[in-house]
Amino acid sequence: MSIAPLVVAVPLVAAAALAASDFLHRRWIADSVGIAASLAVVVLCAILLGHAGRQPVVYWLGGWEPHHGVALGVSLSVDTLGAGMATLVALMVTATLVFSARYFEAVGHLFHALVLVFMAAMVGFCLSGDLFNMLVFFELMSIAAYALVAYKIEERGPLQGAINFAVSNSVGAIAIFAGIALLYGRTGALNLAQIGEELNGQPPDALIAVAFALIVLGFLIKAAVFPVHFWLADAYAVAPTPVCALFSGVMVELGLYAVARIYWTAFDGILSPDAAALRPLLVWIGVVTALVGATMCLRQRHLKRMLAFSTISHGGLFLICLGLLEHSGVAAAAAYILGHSFAKAALFMCVGVLLHRFAEVDELRLRGCGAADAGLKLVGLLFVAGAVALAGAPMLGVFLGKSLGEGAAEESGYAWAIAVFVLASGMTAGAVLRAAGTIFGGWGEDEPPESEQPQEHDEETETREPHDRTPLTMLIPTVALTLTALAVGFLPGLDHAVEEAAARFTDAHAYAGAVLHGHGAFESIEPKGLKAVDFLWSSLSLALAMTIAALSLFGGKLEVSALGPLRRRAEAGLELLGTLHSGHVGDYVAWITAAGGGLAVALGLIVR
Amino acid sequence: MTLLPYLVAVWVLCWGLYGIVTSRHLVHLVVCLGVAQAATYLLLVGVGYRNGAAAPIFAGLAPGTPVVDPVVQALALVDIVVEATVSALLLALAVQAQKRFGTVDPDELHSLRG
Repeated sequence: MSIAPLVVAVPLVAAAALAASDFLHRRWIADSVGIAASLAVVVLCAILLGHAGRQPVVYWLGGWEPHHGVALGVSLSVDTLGAGMATLVALMVTATLVFSARYFEAVGHLFHALVLVFMAAMVGFCLSGDLFNMLVFFELMSIAAYALVAYKIEERGPLQGAINFAVSNSVGAIAIFAGIALLYGRTGALNLAQIGEELNGQPPDALIAVAFALIVLGFLIKAAVFPVHFWLADAYAVAPTPVCALFSGVMVELGLYAVARIYWTAFDGILSPDAAALRPLLVWIGVVTALVGATMCLRQRHLKRMLAFSTISHGGLFLICLGLLEHSGVAAAAAYILGHSFAKAALFMCVGVLLHRFAEVDELRLRGCGAADAGLKLVGLLFVAGAVALAGAPMLGVFLGKSLGEGAAEESGYAWAIAVFVLASGMTAGAVLRAAGTIFGGWGEDEPPESEQPQEHDEETETREPHDRTPLTMLIPTVALTLTALAVGFLPGLDHAVEEAAARFTDAHAYAGAVLHGHGAFESIEPKGLKAVDFLWSSLSLALAMTIAALSLFGGKLEVSALGPLRRRAEAGLELLGTLHSGHVGDYVAWITAAGGGLAVALGLIVR
Repeated sequence: MTLLPYLVAVWVLCWGLYGIVTSRHLVHLVVCLGVAQAATYLLLVGVGYRNGAAAPIFAGLAPGTPVVDPVVQALALVDIVVEATVSALLLALAVQAQKRFGTVDPDELHSLRG
């Protein structure tokens, strides 16, 4: 008897109990049940992570084990990266529930139930070894997420954000459904390992191209990749702030995890001859996403929207890592996601503290508010620390992942992508530093009180009214997450561990052996580790972030007349980019349709 | 084995997406999403179809009688359940939009941009 199914069952049972029972409606009971359930999942996932080290833990639901290498049943196939991702999810949910305990004024027990269902789905998604089961968990996760975004349903913003989110992601799910149907028609299998075995060595054709395009499109919508990222900024701007921490920390990354998992288990055998052509496609999508996200991030004064675009930008960087289709890229993405999750969730919680205190998330209207008392000064410090972690300053935060990514890109012949890593992480961290300077330092110039950007007064009711102190239960998780984000790079042996895990993750043949025959022959690799030049790139990111922040805070009067026309043209371009984010769900679906068509045609040309 | 069910599925999907893109009414939008999802039911059932085979209900069938693939039918059932849940949630949002803001036009809800 394995503990793997308990990881999904525990939060679901707790959620059902919370939703069904009257006794549990009291606030402190709901909080305790929620936190206890998520802590239990943390422990279970950590145990699984320990077990999955040598061979993947494979559990067949209902005892439907494969016979002679043919799987009819549904499996949970837990490898190191999957279990690691699940542990990360559970940790984030625990921190979020602790943070929410005193955050909302009037939050029902249903909030806890929804978060627990959300967690069960995400954890199940990480552990699943079955393509269709992944989709079921994906849908469960999405539906809980739609409801969480629309939690403050009495306002215009959350309503619109939830509709855009739900429609975009449902169209994505339709694409995945169609892709799975085609793939099943070809292979007669739904288990990832079994699909991989059936396809291995066959020549790819149009059906495989279309099925892969549909599945990738669906999961990239969840991962908010340009040009299907529009829903994310809308949903994050209006979701309750603790929920944003969860979305940004883990949900978006799960879309990319799915793409990597499905490519490496099911499609590697059939698409690897075309990997050289597939690589630039994925890397370029990542590059455009990273740059568009970073540019939009700098334009925002709504703090949650700013962090949302920062997440989009980082999603692009993760996609560059994964798109290299090398195990070193997967290792980079895993380490990057680890550092980014803690930093980004902590930053969202800092914004949550500001929202709780001042009922306001507009950077300019919060100018100088952050110097009021010791608690807020601490938050200011955390804000700066979050920015430093996001920039990947030497040894801190995302440093490990970013350095591995740059190394992997250079090895695969994409040395120029290092510039994208430096630019995107510098710009997104610069935006956070600028906000910290404005809010906690009171620096920068005053703008006219009503500028052109649409003002949202929706935020006021999330916490009802301003408070004069910040509860300890909000500060503790924020501090803990920030410290973890900073310290992640110091974990001894982490770099070798992720490289080892990634090499196993990308070994489709051994994975299939472990799932279908009970034993996989994984080869061990020689980990590469860090290089001296990584410190140079990392310092460049940090310097860029500080320059951007300083220029936007103090450089208002800096006018170079020769750059005038160039500047006007750049501003017109930015304006156009802003208009694309129209907030209209029809436009978003049009983009998705176009992107899906483009992807299918591109893949068709690649496998031809 | 014919191409017809696949072509019909693509046709239905295109109309559903066209409806979502041009929709000016939230209820209409939800129905169009359902139409697009219906394309996947057709595709699933089309994938499992065999000429001259019976429905996969084994009571009363002689052993060895060919049946259509029951797995895709189970998948279609899951698909329908998911679609029903999403529709219910979106319709609840549409009701809220009408109640609170007196509009069901997604264009008039705009508070998010740029």
